[in-house]
Amino acid sequence: MKGARWVWIGLAAALAVGGLLSLAASPAPDGLERVAENQGFWERAVQTPLLRSPLPGYLFPGIADERLATGLAGFLGTLVLFALGLGVGWAVRRLRRRGA
Amino acid sequence: MHIPDGFLSTPVWAAAGAVSAGAVALSASRVGRTLEDKQVPLMGVAAAFIFAAQMVNFPIASGTSGHLGGGVLAMLLLGPWASTLVMAAILIVQALLFQDGGITALGANVLNMGVLACLLGFLVFRSLRRLLAGTQGALISAFITAWLMVVLGASLAAVEIALSGTIPLRLVLPAMAGVHALIGTGEGLITTAALAFLLRVRRDLVHPLCLPRAAAGGAA
Repeated sequence: MKGARWVWIGLAAALAVGGLLSLAASPAPDGLERVAENQGFWERAVQTPLLRSPLPGYLFPGIADERLATGLAGFLGTLVLFALGLGVGWAVRRLRRRGA
Repeated sequence: MHIPDGFLSTPVWAAAGAVSAGAVALSASRVGRTLEDKQVPLMGVAAAFIFAAQMVNFPIASGTSGHLGGGVLAMLLLGPWASTLVMAAILIVQALLFQDGGITALGANVLNMGVLACLLGFLVFRSLRRLLAGTQGALISAFITAWLMVVLGASLAAVEIALSGTIPLRLVLPAMAGVHALIGTGEGLITTAALAFLLRVRRDLVHPLCLPRAAAGGAA
């Protein structure tokens, strides 16, 4: 990949949002959570998850400081999605080269 | 509006999963023909940025927050097909790594927040842009599209939840549409601000099919 400067600026901005700005996120329930609580069906959400995620609730495990745990989880997730987005792009471009 | 496990019945989540899987497969087969080299790193940056921005909940009303969905923003940068793949990737990682959105509800969440905004959103944006020329027209089109896709996505989630027998539609539909009419305003503002910024500094990163339509003479 050619080292285009905008790619690194974009990634840095994303990491800043995911790792730092995320600490300022409102802890209030989101739209669906609010509606589900108000209408009494929030308890229908499966409390023991069908699949145990390694970083539930956007918190890095084993870190007592919640802000640090959130920042690390956001930082890590942002990197994972950068890599995955690139990977998917590369994969579909290979499809094209094969004459799909 | 990530639906957790437990809200959807098996027929509903299976049907939504089938629709989303079909849309993702169609996108993967279509995108290769149109993907420019520059769009490969842009897929990485867009996926990273939209994931990150989704973490930043903003307060909307008494004890309620909303956050960016980002489907329309992804569509404006990557076009309908590549953006569908990026949104699916984000929702898969959120469900697997962060337990945000259920595993069984993954297909429904990809449909409500990804496929709808990227594919239907593309058609809506293009139709609006046909009516509204120039940079201002494109920005207004982006705001309306982003707002509408949030409200439609929330309404679709309400229909899925109601079809599952979790709660009657007459209760959940107005509530979901109402609260997301507010959240959609935030979505519209963020999407429009991002588009305005990119049109000014890096116009080439906006997808060619989503650039402003020239009012008279100019290139678009």
